Amino acid sequence: MYQFDYQRPETLDEAVALLKEDCKLLAGGQTLLPTMKQRLAQPEALVDLGAIDSLRGVCPDDDKLAIGAMTTHAEVASKADIPALACLAAGIGDPQVRNRGTIGGSVANNDPAADYPAALLGLNAQVTTNKRVINADDFFVDLFETALEENEIIINVTFPRPQAAAYVKFDNPASRYAIVGVFVAKTGSGVRVAVTGAGPCVFRHKGLETALNNNFSAQAIEGVSVSAAGLNSDIHASADYRANLIKVLTKRAVAQIGG
Amino acid sequence: MPTVSMTVNGKQVTADIAPNTLLVSFLRENLRLTGTHVGCDTSQCGACVIHINGESAKSCTMLALQADGAEVTTIEGLAKGNDLHPMQKAFQENHGLQCGFCTTGMIMSAVDLVKKHGKPDDATIRKGLEGNICRCTGYQNIVKSVKAAAQEMEG
Repeated sequence: MYQFDYQRPETLDEAVALLKEDCKLLAGGQTLLPTMKQRLAQPEALVDLGAIDSLRGVCPDDDKLAIGAMTTHAEVASKADIPALACLAAGIGDPQVRNRGTIGGSVANNDPAADYPAALLGLNAQVTTNKRVINADDFFVDLFETALEENEIIINVTFPRPQAAAYVKFDNPASRYAIVGVFVAKTGSGVRVAVTGAGPCVFRHKGLETALNNNFSAQAIEGVSVSAAGLNSDIHASADYRANLIKVLTKRAVAQIGG
Repeated sequence: MPTVSMTVNGKQVTADIAPNTLLVSFLRENLRLTGTHVGCDTSQCGACVIHINGESAKSCTMLALQADGAEVTTIEGLAKGNDLHPMQKAFQENHGLQCGFCTTGMIMSAVDLVKKHGKPDDATIRKGLEGNICRCTGYQNIVKSVKAAAQEMEG
């Protein structure tokens, strides 16, 4: 790999002070390091968040669950007491990736086929940074793009507890990335349906949400039209195929919840 | 150059290294622990799996500096003297390998798998070894080996 600078601060304040132009934060490194090997990213410096203990851990509360940005997928899978979220984390990559990859790294990267963005959007989570609190609805902006500013570091993600939720994905058998993944949640403010893998960025499907708010059942989805316009087409699946998968997976998620 | 210190197979090691040194390169080239292999170098094949603070990880997808202060175990650290680890013995006895290239990573992943799942069934073993690719055997004897070792490791 090419030469770069590396810092490993022990506090969040130190980390913020080290941020400068053309520098990237290193979380678990499961995406960033392979990307750097291929020179798809070439930061001049890395600030490793691995030694900041305050960024790690799962913190349950009565009505919400806060997960530190540097908490690994394996820890979320074994400790998160929102079953749909734990199950989602257990299906990311492979065991070794789950032992290193982190929730903060995943959401900051906003890969269009990543799993966590669907959980954040589906559960109406909030992303707390060193500067502010950002609602999931405003966080995921576009392909690999988030609302995070250059010198902003994610501290944790807080998930309000849903009445019920399920995540179902149709995954690529090699990478386990979602060809399409659908997160359905029944929340105090209604049903939310978040779709990952299908488009350039995770999105909510209002048509499916309206149908499920009227009648929370798999049959209610039959009449909903899911357009293929703007969806991804690649070697794995066409846009039409993905549009169909959105409906199929939403039905499966609803069935899992018991609708 | 920054300094890195870690415990590898029970021994404290310290070295000055370039930040772009991968953990697998540090283990193989600085420490000459060549049991950990580089297969794909893209974090897919699992030939480079080691344990870091007891958890399996792909050492081609970690900087050596990220392991600062950590306890690292490689395949060389599993046996106790001449006594092979039950997983190593099981791979030997059940013919869980052909060319052997993937074997060290396979064993390191399998040890972590059994630690977490106790006596895993076939499906759990196959799913748990998803991050390790073998291009010779077709996995049948690998699964058999892990199952056999799980009996020994518990007892």
